[in-house]
Amino acid sequence: MTTCVSSTPGAGNGSVAVSFGMPTNPLDLCDIDSFLSEEERAVRDSVRAFVDDRVLPIIGDAYVEGRFPKELIAGMAELGVLGANLPEQYGCAGLNNVAYGLIMQELERGDSGIRSFASVQGALVMYPIFAFGSDEQKSRLLPSMAKAETIGCFGLTEPDYGSNPAGMITRAREQADGSWIINGAKMWITNGSTAHVAIIWAKTEDGDADGHSIRGFVVPTSTPGFSAKNQKGKLSLRASDTSELSLQDVHVPADALLPRSGGLKSPLMCLTQARYGIAWGAIGAAMYCFEEALSYAGNRVMFGRAIGGFQLQQARLAEMVTEIAKGRLLALHLGRLKDAGRLTPQQVSLAKRNNVNVACDIAREARRLLGGNGILTEYGAMRHMENLESVYTYEGTHDIHTLIIGQAVTGLSAFE
Amino acid sequence: MKIAVCIKRVPDMDVRFKIAAIGNAVDEAGLKFDMNDFDSWAVEAALQIKDRDAATEVVIVSLGTDAVQETIRKALAMGADRGVELKTDHIPFDGLAIARALAAELKDGGYDLVLFGKQSADSSNGVVGAMVGELLGLPLVTAISKLEISGQKGSAKREIEGGQEFVEFPLPAVLTIDQGLNIARYPALKGIMAAKKKPLEVKPAQLGAQTVTVTQMELPPERAPGRIIGEGVAAVPELVRLLQTEAKVL
Repeated sequence: MTTCVSSTPGAGNGSVAVSFGMPTNPLDLCDIDSFLSEEERAVRDSVRAFVDDRVLPIIGDAYVEGRFPKELIAGMAELGVLGANLPEQYGCAGLNNVAYGLIMQELERGDSGIRSFASVQGALVMYPIFAFGSDEQKSRLLPSMAKAETIGCFGLTEPDYGSNPAGMITRAREQADGSWIINGAKMWITNGSTAHVAIIWAKTEDGDADGHSIRGFVVPTSTPGFSAKNQKGKLSLRASDTSELSLQDVHVPADALLPRSGGLKSPLMCLTQARYGIAWGAIGAAMYCFEEALSYAGNRVMFGRAIGGFQLQQARLAEMVTEIAKGRLLALHLGRLKDAGRLTPQQVSLAKRNNVNVACDIAREARRLLGGNGILTEYGAMRHMENLESVYTYEGTHDIHTLIIGQAVTGLSAFE
Repeated sequence: MKIAVCIKRVPDMDVRFKIAAIGNAVDEAGLKFDMNDFDSWAVEAALQIKDRDAATEVVIVSLGTDAVQETIRKALAMGADRGVELKTDHIPFDGLAIARALAAELKDGGYDLVLFGKQSADSSNGVVGAMVGELLGLPLVTAISKLEISGQKGSAKREIEGGQEFVEFPLPAVLTIDQGLNIARYPALKGIMAAKKKPLEVKPAQLGAQTVTVTQMELPPERAPGRIIGEGVAAVPELVRLLQTEAKVL
């Protein structure tokens, strides 16, 4: 008998991420994944792999540097996340709204700034072009935007008109030849300094107090009189381009107008799309924080044992995993309603309000569980915690959504 | 060109495994499965050839239960043309039984290249690709980290202990893929939609006789906790003494 001996270096065993010996998947205790189709899971897994490989390794530094990582744009476009729920005829993926929501969840698991980029491009620029644009605008802009050859931003909010966009002062005046001259200023504009085109919302009539004359315009950012300035000093969404826009006698041709836009309802329809994505995205940020906290609790030893064995930390983790499960079910339910054409803006307000609020709490509790390490960029919890304060405030503040829900259930408006 | 890529569905290895009650298999409850990494690089290698020559047909073959359809569709979403599931109610441990089933499927397929990952993450036998090469009577190169095909000839690089080996071979050939050949592409979202419409044929696996079986599985013993014997220079003599007398490594 011959014995063959081969000597090779031993392979390392890196499998200690979660060391509780769980009987079930701790990241999906309620098996919500089983409500997703194979295709929806495939979309989620593909975007998750992209975020794990490309976003997570760089995002902490980009955040500290206060820099939107533009190097991710091409990869996001290649993957197909931009306007992914718009039809294939425009070069988009033609996904259903649940798959679209899962994309937002996974991108925000990386960073709210990355999800914001995709939300703005897809829900706030490509969507209004799709919904209110001419055939020419759609075929010219949508394929190019899906490929990220054209980046867009959405100009609705103004320095003095945030929660009350009907009061906006930006004006578009129609000229004798049908062209338009736009004057005004916009603020808190994601992608503002990166964008090639801006969807600018402006009033077209004097004395319009309720916003009925608001219309949307596709304005190339290279148009004379248009300028964008990066907003400095942010302690949140630092890996995102947030800019002020100034429009001084910006002259655009007649076909810059989105022909089917009309009244405040048009931009609000866009916001409903974006807020739907945020309801998913915020849970993605919370999932990251929970995962990080769970892993830390399993590995961090204090008083001679893993801190995950202590009741106080278990209470934190139990609360997190419960709220994530509820938030995921709510987002998924909304997605199914949206696919069935039955989603209402009030339902979106409810989900955005709840899911962002619980995500804020989860990120903060995760940061606390991480102890001193929780303030480092090496961990994601504090970055998410800071980001989510913006998400809590933008796309309809938490308070405004409270009042929308209040109005929906009482029939009484607290706005007026 | 016609390329077959044989892929395996394996559990995500970043979890703590449990042994199933029968004692000779892993408890699959709660495990997440995906394409074996080495196999995803084999798929990528085939797709890169297809990127250069659109007439290339890439066929994905996987042996297992119907669950492998999800893994095959992932490869289709990456860009492969069609899939074949060789259906069996459980994947045997015996590599030769698997190799016979794969060879039966591949032998009349007219493939110029048959690609495998060099081993699977779960059983780590690393034998199926080589056995298929033998059963098909084709040139075999294992664990390649560079590949070039021109006409009916190919060349490959192998990483060996302390060096690299460059080999040439005629087509058709069987190759197994090592780390470093490429980085697998993500299934693009459009690709995921398109994959639904691509053909996926299901055939019974013609498994050969199984002569090797796993009788028992055990988890590795728990590592003993570390021990701090002191701090700074003062602790060095004691450390050296323990390394000599207790650990016996010096």
